[in-house]
Amino acid sequence: MDFRYSEEQLALQDTLQRFISRDYGFERRRALARSPLGFSAEAWEQYAALGLLALPYPEEFGGLGGNGVDIMAVMETIGQGLLLEPYLSTVVLCGGLIRDAATAPIKKSILPRIATGKLQIALAACEAAGRYDLAHVACTATENGGAWTLSGRKTVVLDAPSADYFLVSARSTGQVADAEGISLFLVPRDAAGLTLFGYSTQSGGRAADLQLERVAAGPDAVIGVPGRALGIIERAVDSARAALCAEALGIVTALNEATLNYLKTRKQFGVPIGAFQALQHRMAEMIIAAEQTRSMAIIAAVHVDADDAAKRRRAISGAKAYIGQAARFVGQQAVQLHGAMGVVDEVIVSHYFKRLTMIDMSLGDADFHLGRFSEAPGMEAEVRTQ
Amino acid sequence: MDLNYTPEEESFRAEVRAFLSAELPADIRAKVNLGRRLRKDDLVRWQKILYQRGWGAGMWPTRFGGAGWSVVQQHIFDEEGAAIGAPPQIPFSLRMVAPVLMTYGNGAQQQYYLPRIISGQDWWCQGYSEPGSGSDLASLRTSAVRQADHYLVNGQKTWNTLGQYADWIFCLVRTSSEARPQQGISFLLIDMKTPGVSVRPIITVEGEHEINDIFFENVKVPVQNLVGEENSGWTYAKFLLGHERTNNAGIGNCKRGLKRLKKIAATQTMNGRPLIEDSRFRDRIAQLELELMALEITNLRVLSAEASASRAPGPQASILKIKGSEIIQQIAELQMHALGPDALLCIPDALELDWSPPPLLAEHYPDYAPAISGQYFNQRKTTIYAGSTEIQKNIISKLILGL
Repeated sequence: MDFRYSEEQLALQDTLQRFISRDYGFERRRALARSPLGFSAEAWEQYAALGLLALPYPEEFGGLGGNGVDIMAVMETIGQGLLLEPYLSTVVLCGGLIRDAATAPIKKSILPRIATGKLQIALAACEAAGRYDLAHVACTATENGGAWTLSGRKTVVLDAPSADYFLVSARSTGQVADAEGISLFLVPRDAAGLTLFGYSTQSGGRAADLQLERVAAGPDAVIGVPGRALGIIERAVDSARAALCAEALGIVTALNEATLNYLKTRKQFGVPIGAFQALQHRMAEMIIAAEQTRSMAIIAAVHVDADDAAKRRRAISGAKAYIGQAARFVGQQAVQLHGAMGVVDEVIVSHYFKRLTMIDMSLGDADFHLGRFSEAPGMEAEVRTQ
Repeated sequence: MDLNYTPEEESFRAEVRAFLSAELPADIRAKVNLGRRLRKDDLVRWQKILYQRGWGAGMWPTRFGGAGWSVVQQHIFDEEGAAIGAPPQIPFSLRMVAPVLMTYGNGAQQQYYLPRIISGQDWWCQGYSEPGSGSDLASLRTSAVRQADHYLVNGQKTWNTLGQYADWIFCLVRTSSEARPQQGISFLLIDMKTPGVSVRPIITVEGEHEINDIFFENVKVPVQNLVGEENSGWTYAKFLLGHERTNNAGIGNCKRGLKRLKKIAATQTMNGRPLIEDSRFRDRIAQLELELMALEITNLRVLSAEASASRAPGPQASILKIKGSEIIQQIAELQMHALGPDALLCIPDALELDWSPPPLLAEHYPDYAPAISGQYFNQRKTTIYAGSTEIQKNIISKLILGL
């Protein structure tokens, strides 16, 4: 048993941390969040140069063959630096999906371009009435002699405004919430009939709603088996959830560090406020939450590559639920312990807090995942074996 | 990052499991699994069986007759034991006084006491807390006055666990009041049969006799029963508390409790359906299971860090103590809630293994029911003993956070 990162993973984190302290300070980050693009194109090139964008892909497609724990290491550092670039959407979510489910020609065409920073993709899988349910697909896909036509709407497509392509889920058969009948398409941004309504997100990123009006997609745009795409979407989204757990871990760690530092330096009544037991105990609880968060992020990361879908889903939903709650606790307490400084835009604490909050609200919040964990087969399996 | 046990550890687990299922007496196992009363004989009998196998003291070094296990092996042993329903080994002798004797005791003390501990011959209890000295242990007042070849001990110890069975008690006593309170404390071994030692039971909230007051009236203790140096006892006491906290997470117990909770929730019914299908109750179980999943990994992370640095448990043990005690309490609470109105019944006789319910009661009162409410009440102790949650947070504040 070994709970440490490998030498390579530590080196990766170290490199990224050095980049952050040199080129991605808090002021720079604030300016980037307000810029039209919402992130740094130069940083994206840097990530390519560092190999981060190639991390989770097989070598034959220009990748480095990394696993879930490698992604955890990167995402933890992304959290610490509050990085805005669409790493999760492009590299983990969509790149991962293409790696696992696309045909060899598509992989060959897409993955090397992601790895070198030439291409960004966003996942368009959510719809307004479906909340976090990936099976809720009303968007239609009709086939005519191998040619597909897509119509419908997708909401809160993360990192959509900068994307070159979208992975769009659409229903070819069945009723709105059926697991069967969902297909997945690779749609270029400039496809005729595709309209974007872009906006900022609460934590500094960008997203958009998509409208598809009779968008044409050829047979080579289909990812996976038509009508059977839910499983591959779930798998990729699970890996993104695990990555969000790691990002939250990085933020929780950084936030605790900032809060502890504040307790030691801020003076009231003639002493550092960290001398007061009420605050010491709160901080102790935050440290415990951070340790438990690390444990859960590890559980999520090692299950990303699990072949047993039920086991993977249960572990990752469990982690996402737990971390959603723990991160909410740490975030709220950090703001409280910072006093009014915690609610000020020019202090980093409020930005950590917002990102943690939005991580919980992304790809299923704590209640959603607690339900998924609670209803998973593991709950009864243990009982039955008695 | 690798969450798997090594093949050697896996085969050790298989060996432990096979041993437990072959050698753990059925009556003891039933008592543990049904929460029935365990008596001295049960615990001593089990210790002797372990001793026969060479596993009387897993983590003791082999030169003292221990098995020389790693922390991970001990964890596996504890986990398997808890899963099958083995009783705990009494910690006061094996995990508390023994490490002190190995580290600070003299050769004669080691040769006399350690073999009697590991074989199950002697039962030890702890004399730390006093009526006026709980969390502020260093203020203790039980006095030991040196007179020629013995100490004369006077005072009172309290919250003493299972001292009614004990042959020996290790005590913190005051040998000096001159310097800081911590600097006048000594670590003394006292034979419970010495004239002047008396035991008064304290009945706890659930109605059982687990703890005691111990009174010392002019008790003569030979000077050779002093461990280490006079007035250095506080150092030994802190060392001991570090060992006391090694198995603080109690993962094995929590796992057994959770499994049991699910079984109870699957057996009890609500509106004609198994209670576990009620999403409100089920989510509470799920929430608890998540806490335990996280703690299991946190515990293993602390253990493996200890193992790779070969050092004693650090302040991280406080995190394990806080979380583990909260989880075991919540499991007990949910088990009680699962019973519904049957939680109200209080039938002390039902805690004996040979009890069987009268026909009317048998219809709705399963074998797991009698112990449950009492366990809920009893488990409130876990966030209080061995350094309360608040003391643990003080430790974290000082030693981890530097506040």
